[in-house]
Amino acid sequence: MSKSIKLKKGFDINLAGKAEKKIAEIDQPETFAYKPTSFQGILRPKVVVDEGDNVKAGTPILFDKKNDKVQHVAPVSGEIVEIRRGEKRKLLEVVILADKKIEYVEHKKFSVSEINNLSTEEAKTQLLESGTWVNLVQRPYGVVADPEDSPKAIHISAFDSHPLAPEYDLLFKGQDQYFQAGIDILKKFTDGVIHLNIDGASEVSQLFSHAKNVQLNKFSGPHPAGNVGVQIHHLDPINKGDVVWTINPHGVIQIGKLFIEGIYDASKMVALTGSEVKNPQYYKTFTGASIKKMVANNIASDNVRYISGNVLTGEKIANDGHLGYFDHHVTVIPEGDYYELFGWIKPTTKSLSFHRAFGLLSFLNGNKEFVVDTNTKGEPRAFVQTGTFEKVMPMDILPTFLLKAILAEDFDEMEALGIYEIIEEDMALCEFVDVSKHDVQEIVREGLDLMQYS
Amino acid sequence: MKFLRDQLDKVKPHFEKGGKWEKFYFIYEAHDTLLFAPNHTTKATGVQIRDAVDMKRMMMTVIIAMIPCLLFGIYNVGYQHFLALGQEAALVDMLLIGAIQVIPIVVVSYGVGLGTEFAIATIRQHPINEGYLVTGMLIPLVMPPDIPLWQVALATIFAVVIAKEAFGGTGMNVLNVALTARAFLYFAYPSQISGDVWTYLGDGTAVSGYTGATPLSIGANSLTTGENVVASMGSYGAGWADGLFSFSNLFFGFMPGCIGETSTLMCLIGAAILIITGVGSWKIIVGVFGGAYLMGLGMNAIGLNEFMLMPAQYHLVIGGLAFGAVYMATDPVSASQTETGKWIYGILIGVLTVVIRVFNPAYPEGIMLAILFMNVFAPLIDYYVVNANKKRRLQRATV
Repeated sequence: MSKSIKLKKGFDINLAGKAEKKIAEIDQPETFAYKPTSFQGILRPKVVVDEGDNVKAGTPILFDKKNDKVQHVAPVSGEIVEIRRGEKRKLLEVVILADKKIEYVEHKKFSVSEINNLSTEEAKTQLLESGTWVNLVQRPYGVVADPEDSPKAIHISAFDSHPLAPEYDLLFKGQDQYFQAGIDILKKFTDGVIHLNIDGASEVSQLFSHAKNVQLNKFSGPHPAGNVGVQIHHLDPINKGDVVWTINPHGVIQIGKLFIEGIYDASKMVALTGSEVKNPQYYKTFTGASIKKMVANNIASDNVRYISGNVLTGEKIANDGHLGYFDHHVTVIPEGDYYELFGWIKPTTKSLSFHRAFGLLSFLNGNKEFVVDTNTKGEPRAFVQTGTFEKVMPMDILPTFLLKAILAEDFDEMEALGIYEIIEEDMALCEFVDVSKHDVQEIVREGLDLMQYS
Repeated sequence: MKFLRDQLDKVKPHFEKGGKWEKFYFIYEAHDTLLFAPNHTTKATGVQIRDAVDMKRMMMTVIIAMIPCLLFGIYNVGYQHFLALGQEAALVDMLLIGAIQVIPIVVVSYGVGLGTEFAIATIRQHPINEGYLVTGMLIPLVMPPDIPLWQVALATIFAVVIAKEAFGGTGMNVLNVALTARAFLYFAYPSQISGDVWTYLGDGTAVSGYTGATPLSIGANSLTTGENVVASMGSYGAGWADGLFSFSNLFFGFMPGCIGETSTLMCLIGAAILIITGVGSWKIIVGVFGGAYLMGLGMNAIGLNEFMLMPAQYHLVIGGLAFGAVYMATDPVSASQTETGKWIYGILIGVLTVVIRVFNPAYPEGIMLAILFMNVFAPLIDYYVVNANKKRRLQRATV
């Protein structure tokens, strides 16, 4: 039943600064942060620890009052040094000063055969209490999954097609056993299929190709072929009333480890990438790591932007900021806060563009890697040009009409045009190529919030 | 460069909130951003990098695509002038006469149009969109060379205010702005925009045999005279301009007509620029030409009168069909916005143009009305295309 799907629409943003396939040895960062802002739909977070408290890796530190069975836990052991809040006391992050040696909260261990015989309820309880449940993301809306739901299917994208994304081969090397255990646990939660969607264009690691209890599907084509939303659309689209879950391989492995080793292990591999990084490479650290030590003495220029995640969906952080929960990659690119004389008409082969309007000659450069800064390269305008969103949207969805429906707050129209099938990342490329410089992802989230909460 | 930037930064505070000219901020912004691409950076969340394209570059590409038509138009106005007067003239003289006639129209169109835009942007406090840069060039190109300048100004104001700003500005208009200007003149001052206006004569008197006819008017006349259209075109100009309306002349554009629309060749060069850069929709352009040609063939098959019997390929080179197809129909705001819709929209424009030309001699220039008509229908086309998309989604749902 496995499917092989070739996508034509989309655009690969070829940036300079790909991480070299080697793992750097560094001292572990001093601080780690847990960011509730990495999750959608946490409306009323309640912090259960105070500054000065000592926690172990896996100690609950906060929960959402709306979804109080789901625990959010500390990624490492140490002392809570800061609970940072923003405007209107919005909880931004809980910062932990890490111990030299990580201590873990102990959970129940299971052998492989015990895992197979485990009841769904027992598995659910352990997932919820351990803090690994938050890896499960529900579609529609892209929020933390509801423990009461039984999803139609579970989808796992086994590759990341975003610009400068790390190679999953390297990220998850040697974790085969945990990955399979994670799959076996997840299988208990759905009567449907677990779709494991691999990159059809390159060699796939054994971890994925030998996985059992899954339907292996191949996707090839330019970005966003690796986006799980696009994959769902082509495999088993989300209709009104459907609930499906998505999870990334890191989450699956974390779940597997929890049941086999009995610990909440937040260790992960992180790629440091981008044109401004002197030695782009991989680091072994934990969820929420501070990037301070990775970027120290490793940045080629002064005026740069640090991004937790990739250039399309990531978030700007400070040079001592912390990684977002789901991010496995840091991008450092130049800031673009400069004026350029006649910048709007100068012919150039250096500025990356999906378009070929007068003077935009980047398409002549073939496979060259581009250095792109954060300049918006234009000002916001009304929707004028048509047909470009469609070229980077490999889904049977009409992006312009959907965006206009959201802006008009027309609920029926949003639903009919397929808002349940997308989250921000699926339309990030539209935001990139937009001639009129709209904040497409922000509009998409507004639409999803409208659908979910009103 | 630094000096220029410093000067701009020096006056900028006056235009910002609390400054003495804060009302005129958007006028300042328009000039500043025309000189310098601004130093704006992306937000903390959302995309961190943006494509190098922007609206200014997009619009500039369209203007560049119109330059061949403008240059040929200037030359042709001079060429037709001396031809009609029966005088020999050097190329320089033709260009000079053409430029003297055409450039003031361009200046008036841009001056009045941008002035109106600035005034409205100031009153309504919205940024000045670049759309008028294109409209301002389109308007002169669809004017007869003999048009009084005050009429150009009046039509421009009407088009900008009624066709665009009343609907909310660039991006919101239903009708093509430049065509609205043309249609306004057509209905408000019919005597100045039809009949013997297509050649600039100046103070001179035309040679004998000159009637001011255009291929379209010959076609329309054939309905009453019953003469073969191609034969009439072939015999026109005998003695003072042999073969004026030969097929190759019609294709290259050596005929009287609106300033920029006579040369199919120049329009095709423009079309190539628009299609290669991806700024204009090739589906619409191909649709219009294809629709007109097929309809022409259909007319031939029915063949009730002489105009219907005119070979189909003539429809593509006479009048403003090529110009309309390339520059007017492709306006992304007033055209159909779905990819399937663009085919339907383009083909119907072609079909309607030929229908209007052949069956309604009162309005010999069919393309203008066909495009305006389809502008109005574009949302309806989109409605059905979008509905088909919704239906596909509904069909697979079980709830």
